[in-house]
Amino acid sequence: MPRTIWDSSVGKKTVMAVSGIVMLLYLVAHMIGNLKIFFGPEDINQYAHWLRTMGAPVLHHEWALWLVRIVLVLAVVAHATSAYQLSRRDIKARPSKYVHKKAKSSYATRTMRWGGIILGLFIVWHILDLTTGTVHPGGFEHLHPYQNIIDTFSTWYGNVIYIVAVVALGFHVRHGFWSAAQTLGVGSATRDRVLRAVADVLAVLLTLGFVAVPVGVMTGVVS
Amino acid sequence: MKTPDSHGSYGSYADYTTGDPVVDAKAPAGPIAERWDTRRFEAKLVNPANRRKHTVIVVGTGLAGGSAGATLAEQGYHVVQFCYQDSPRRAHSIAAQGGINAAKNYRNDGDSVHRLFYDTVKGGDFRARESNVHRLAQISVEIIDQCVAQGVPFAREYGGLLDTRSFGGVQVSRTFYARGQTGQQLLLGAYQALSRQVAAGNVELHPRTEMLDVIVVDGRARGIVARDLITGKVETYFADAVVLASGGYGNVFYLSTNAMNSNATAVWRAHRRGAYFANPCFTQIHPTCIPRTGDHQSKLTLMSESLRNDGRIWVPKAKGDDRPPNKIPEDERDYYLERIYPSFGNLVPRDIASRAAKNVCDEGKGVGPGGQGVYLDFADAIARMGKKAVEEKYGNLFDMYARITAENPYETPMRIYPAVHYTMGGLWVDYDLQTTVPGLFAVGEANFSDHGANRLGASALMQGLADGYFVLPSTINDYLARNPVGGEVDSQHPVVREVLAETEERLARLLAVDGDRTPDSFHRELGELMWEFCGMARTEEGLRKALDRIPQIRDEFWRRIKVPGVGEEFNQSLEKANRIVDYLELAELMCLDALHRAESCGGHFREESQTPDGEAERRDEDFSYAAAWEFTGTGEAPALHKEDLVFEYVHPTQRSYA
Amino acid sequence: MKLTLRVWRQKNADADGGMSTYEVDGISQDMSFLEMLDTLNEELILRGDDPVAFDHDCREGICGACSLVINGDAHGPERTTTCQLHMRSFRDGDTIDIEPWRAAAFPVVKDLVVDRSAFDRIIQAGGYVSVPTGAAPEAHATPVPKADADAAFEHAECIGCGACVAACPNGSAMLFTSAKVNHLNVLPQGAPERETRVLDMVGQMDDEGFGGCTLTGECATACPKGIPLPSIAAMNREWLRATRKVSRG
Repeated sequence: MPRTIWDSSVGKKTVMAVSGIVMLLYLVAHMIGNLKIFFGPEDINQYAHWLRTMGAPVLHHEWALWLVRIVLVLAVVAHATSAYQLSRRDIKARPSKYVHKKAKSSYATRTMRWGGIILGLFIVWHILDLTTGTVHPGGFEHLHPYQNIIDTFSTWYGNVIYIVAVVALGFHVRHGFWSAAQTLGVGSATRDRVLRAVADVLAVLLTLGFVAVPVGVMTGVVS
Repeated sequence: MKTPDSHGSYGSYADYTTGDPVVDAKAPAGPIAERWDTRRFEAKLVNPANRRKHTVIVVGTGLAGGSAGATLAEQGYHVVQFCYQDSPRRAHSIAAQGGINAAKNYRNDGDSVHRLFYDTVKGGDFRARESNVHRLAQISVEIIDQCVAQGVPFAREYGGLLDTRSFGGVQVSRTFYARGQTGQQLLLGAYQALSRQVAAGNVELHPRTEMLDVIVVDGRARGIVARDLITGKVETYFADAVVLASGGYGNVFYLSTNAMNSNATAVWRAHRRGAYFANPCFTQIHPTCIPRTGDHQSKLTLMSESLRNDGRIWVPKAKGDDRPPNKIPEDERDYYLERIYPSFGNLVPRDIASRAAKNVCDEGKGVGPGGQGVYLDFADAIARMGKKAVEEKYGNLFDMYARITAENPYETPMRIYPAVHYTMGGLWVDYDLQTTVPGLFAVGEANFSDHGANRLGASALMQGLADGYFVLPSTINDYLARNPVGGEVDSQHPVVREVLAETEERLARLLAVDGDRTPDSFHRELGELMWEFCGMARTEEGLRKALDRIPQIRDEFWRRIKVPGVGEEFNQSLEKANRIVDYLELAELMCLDALHRAESCGGHFREESQTPDGEAERRDEDFSYAAAWEFTGTGEAPALHKEDLVFEYVHPTQRSYA
Repeated sequence: MKLTLRVWRQKNADADGGMSTYEVDGISQDMSFLEMLDTLNEELILRGDDPVAFDHDCREGICGACSLVINGDAHGPERTTTCQLHMRSFRDGDTIDIEPWRAAAFPVVKDLVVDRSAFDRIIQAGGYVSVPTGAAPEAHATPVPKADADAAFEHAECIGCGACVAACPNGSAMLFTSAKVNHLNVLPQGAPERETRVLDMVGQMDDEGFGGCTLTGECATACPKGIPLPSIAAMNREWLRATRKVSRG
């Protein structure tokens, strides 16, 4: 079965859909976690600590976190690899363009492809900034996300990068969620409106939820 | 002035010689209901293990060709199949709208095989063979089973059973349909069956390849010459039998409901090689087509005559009344079909409905541009059934009409006018569907066998599929079994080289003339001539005029035709011009046939032969035969071979729909 | 009407092509788009030029032969086939760009004519019910609920013109393939081959070099027969179901 799936364009789309939904679930949790910053340093720093003790005492320190990280890395790799391969196929399938260009070109494909690339680059920066601290602007302090976040959003480029990425994420989720539903065969004429509405709501909630943090820092609500 | 040459383009004839009668030697005697069984039992079989060694060429992929190719391949024959379209799915059967008849009697309304047989013989105005028609009625039942099993989405009722409707001049409800796209759905069924055999390696498919001649060696059909329409290469293909399923020749008229590229080349070339051509003048003019809008018109569009089930046909009572239809009060309208034919009303057979429309237009009561149209009005139907029900039943036809005319048929009555639609004539075939050239078979509209002088609605699909799925696959065995794989014929055989050379020379000559008229201009000129003199009403005088004029057009064609480009390339002008070469010969035979048949019957109305009240008068004592014509040379008087028609079960009466 | 046409001209599959400009005059509003091209071709022939090659046959919107991209839209501005498009959809003095279907799986044959045999091969891969002639049971043996029959019909309406592929930015044939898969898979007659059909047809579609679906919806917008976009989701569902079932069995 894995071979059948990976060898088929429909199968690869399934991989994208499933990995996308995994990441989407993670993002919802991540976004909710982020909002803790509005309740003060204690709250969010404790939350960061709890992430490492999740599953205790059954699981050893950070095991659960690493499990999540592994799943996420797998999802990102699967998502990106199938996206890359499918895009290659798509571009090859349409080698010559029409001379007469239409004003409305494909919004969905553009947001998915370029949005995906933006998000990929953002993830790298985001991890180097707030997980490993490698490119962090201030003095990065492990397990003190409150201050780290304020540092990042105290720079203009930190805000720009983050907000651009979050907006890209909104568009990506908006088409991606609905698209995943189609790929997984959930879509139908009768359900279409509901699916589109859920996609819109998800996209808006995620965008607002994530953007709230830099906006909070910029406006001084979080300091 | 006769200058016979290899193209034989010069010369004319208005006379003919009479040869020996032609007899259908294959039809068994005995009770009619048992004849098909008898024939199937008497036909020799080919050992299944030997079938692979037999190659059968099938030309055309419509209902008859597609179903024949698929079925022969299923039986184990090696099938080599051709179509000029880019895909077998595009054959013109796809455009048939109304439905397909079958004597299922699901409605318990008194239908039976015998009644379908009776209706078809009567509908054909007693110019069809009883044996063939009865077989057709028997097989109709199996066709529906076959198509349903293939996944053809026929209309169904809420209980999940098949819906039927009454159609085209019959009083039982036996027509199965798939909205207004029955032909499409049946064709896709046949195409899918054929595709399955292509995948299995049993059918070798040659799309975009047009047959240009038959190869007859030692009196038997052994292959064809065909042109690859992409590369332009003319090549030969060989087989143990050749099946022509190339459709009808309605495009002789230029404007018809046929597809633009439907053509007569396969049947005409077969005729030139010895196959008799039967009843060429029997053409069906369909009453419910969208009228033409101007000289640019390239084809006419038919709307299913199922529209006549609920629509009412009328013209203004006053001549030249140009008020909009909604402004003409009820008592100033002439519902002429209901008036003249009270018991059948708007549902009279096609030929009668068409001629009645012509008559009222000739009287000056026609509507629309040029007065060449009559109203088909749904106002009463909408009032009775509601707009929604009308939309459900006819929505796609209404949309089509609105698209073409930019008028809304829910609000203004549609305008319709008759157009050439189907040709009942075709290659003469015996009960086995074999032409007078052994090994050359003709199925579907390409043959003449089942519809007589007029085809009933919803019976073309039935005949095409009966021939292809059931008849030919049973009868071709007999020929192949009796003629085991014959002497080798290959591209080096002298006959083959000669046929190939003739074809190549014809194409080269078309390209060489380099005149000043386009192929279309000749086609249009011929078509207008045929429509005027060999259309809905024919006279001796008119036919003689046409017979004088056609050789002149032919002569002019060979002097002034302009075909750009070269032969060995994709060249649509060359394709067209080469088809017109054959129309210019076939048209002459159609007129001669119409001239010689000095009676009115079915779609063939001779003004000299009518009853005092203007109805067609058949003359059985003189014309109760099928006219099978033998080719003797272009511009040479052909030889007429009569096949006497014997009616043992349905006794000829003057058709009456009053 | 007087129009300027910019038409893709390409001698054959191997030649380079480009847009050529032609003026046509005396065009009637009642002409179909193809009749307008006929008019151009008549002039070209008399001038001794090569007429524009284009596929067409029934000219009543059902055979699926005609295939032009007109001003960037497959089959032009109306939702119909090119042959059913009339010049009343254009205005006097318009410039109209006419191009062939574009997709790697539909190579150009000449001018506006492309090779769509890939569609035939997709059907050959499984777009049928295996029922040899004569093997059919009585038609009323299996009633089919009207809703299923109607759904099958809705998909069976596909005319195989290829507008979906031409309109898709990825040159994907998902809408075409889904139409046939859904037509047959929704019917009891198609049920025995339900799994192999969808797997084989999708496999063939991939092998032909069509792109994947990014659900842009351009295909369904261009489809002259209104095959709806959710057909693709329905086919995906069939495909996943078949993948699970085949791997289990």
